[in-house]
Amino acid sequence: MGQAIIEADGLVRTFGGARAVDGMSLALAPGEMVGLIGPNGAGKTTLFNLLAGTVRATAGTVRIAGTDVTREAPERRIARGVGRTFQIPRPFAEMTVLENVLTGAPSQSGERPLANFLRPGRVAAEERAALDRARGLLDFVTLSRLEDEPARVLSGGQRKLLELARVLMADPKAILLDEPAAGVNPTLLELVIDRIRTLNAEGRTVLLIEHNMDMVARLCSRVVVMAAGRRLAEGNPADVARDPAVIAAYLGDGA
Amino acid sequence: MIDLFGYGAFFLSMALTYAIICLGLNVQWGQTGLFNVGVAGFVAIGAYASALLTTPDTPDRLGGFGLPIVAGWIGAALAAGIASFLVGALTVRLRADYLAIATFGVAVMVQLCLLNLQGLTGGPFGIGFIPRPFAATATNPALFAALNLALLLAVVAALYLGLERLLRSPWGRVLRAIREDETAARALGKNADRFRLQAFAIGGAIMGLAGAAQGHFIGFIAPENYQPMLTFQVWAMLIAGGSGNNRGAILGAIVVWGLWAFSAPAIAALFPPDQQARAAALRIVLIGVGLCAILLIRPRGLLGETRTVSRHLPKAKPKP
Repeated sequence: MGQAIIEADGLVRTFGGARAVDGMSLALAPGEMVGLIGPNGAGKTTLFNLLAGTVRATAGTVRIAGTDVTREAPERRIARGVGRTFQIPRPFAEMTVLENVLTGAPSQSGERPLANFLRPGRVAAEERAALDRARGLLDFVTLSRLEDEPARVLSGGQRKLLELARVLMADPKAILLDEPAAGVNPTLLELVIDRIRTLNAEGRTVLLIEHNMDMVARLCSRVVVMAAGRRLAEGNPADVARDPAVIAAYLGDGA
Repeated sequence: MIDLFGYGAFFLSMALTYAIICLGLNVQWGQTGLFNVGVAGFVAIGAYASALLTTPDTPDRLGGFGLPIVAGWIGAALAAGIASFLVGALTVRLRADYLAIATFGVAVMVQLCLLNLQGLTGGPFGIGFIPRPFAATATNPALFAALNLALLLAVVAALYLGLERLLRSPWGRVLRAIREDETAARALGKNADRFRLQAFAIGGAIMGLAGAAQGHFIGFIAPENYQPMLTFQVWAMLIAGGSGNNRGAILGAIVVWGLWAFSAPAIAALFPPDQQARAAALRIVLIGVGLCAILLIRPRGLLGETRTVSRHLPKAKPKP
């Protein structure tokens, strides 16, 4: 395996007395699609937040393409090629669907107030390019016809898709997807699965938190199982699903 | 007839100076959601900066430097902008309610400084003889009033156009995104603190410019002009007009200033002379009641925030 695009080493995060993530290590090779599963409260989302920089690690390190980013602010991640979505979608509710996606455009010169007056041509050209890209991505997630609606009118599943389009604006090399199928109706679910597969086929690394084992089995060749903040098991989906320790963790020790 | 024109021009000019403050607050609150309750302090900094720069040399006080009015106005915007930047650098990470407390404290501090730093500000007596624009035409009151009004109209128009461009720019879009959901904006690579600080400083600079415009229009400034009442009025203007909408900010300033200005003669006519001093408090009540009425009928203000996507979009489809 070449250099990992995302590499976590001995990550620990405590909240008060609780050790949400308790010595977790994980490496994602470029182009890999990995599923992260585990019972509720296993620390999956906290691990995500640590990888995305939203939460600071108590101990351990996070590296992106070899660079230590453990102490770096979350807004620096996307420039390093790592994007994320949220378990509970966070659309900009009062902004339109199109505007939501445009916001994902990375470091446009028009984000500097003065550039809008001093270099209007350049700002306009970048904005046109961003518009084209945003429209393409809205098409990709089948939300084109809703582009002028405020994001608050979207259903839960559509919000998941909107977040996906928004984070793709920056063309990340790796994407952390937090339960992309939660609350998504069965028809839309097939679309979500197909789109995630496409993203991976384009060469993007994907780390996926998911409770839907069937979906994980269809998408991922490697699955990491977390329980109580640690890695419990790892392997291909079929083996992991048969692992007695995994079954015990999901069903309780009495199983 | 001349008197009516004179009064109309005076009224509108004053309203326009408030409109400038309102436009500044709209950048901070309407666009970015920064709860600045110290508006009066930043207006005061601009007013005093310009007064110091443009008044003739005065004994017992620093300056004045006798510079042209334009230099005073630019200095006012810079001084208030820098002050906002410094205040913002310390406070902009605070959540809304704490930012309100901090900015209120700054405004009180500014006012106390104005009162007590006599060598800089002239103390409680303020600064007089601030040069007025187009003073050479003062012998013709109608022309003088018209030129001043035209100048303020031009300033408001220029600010409006500039701010509209910013509102519809990627910068404005990021501000709205931060206002809606900071965590999501950060995840998309937007440095929320930097954008907030920019908005706070730009809004503050505009407030400073307004302070200067007001000072030069009246010709006299004193600490008592910059009490929390001013902040309250400006907030009432922005909310009544439509927070987030630059046209709303201007309209709100004119409407609320109208309520304020016309309530004075109304009180004089309605109450016996011995009760008028007390009845003056009703003017504040009137603004409050007026604000409630507007918000009951139009919860988003007279002109609510309009949906903005990008100024580079060919044309926005009309919304039903």
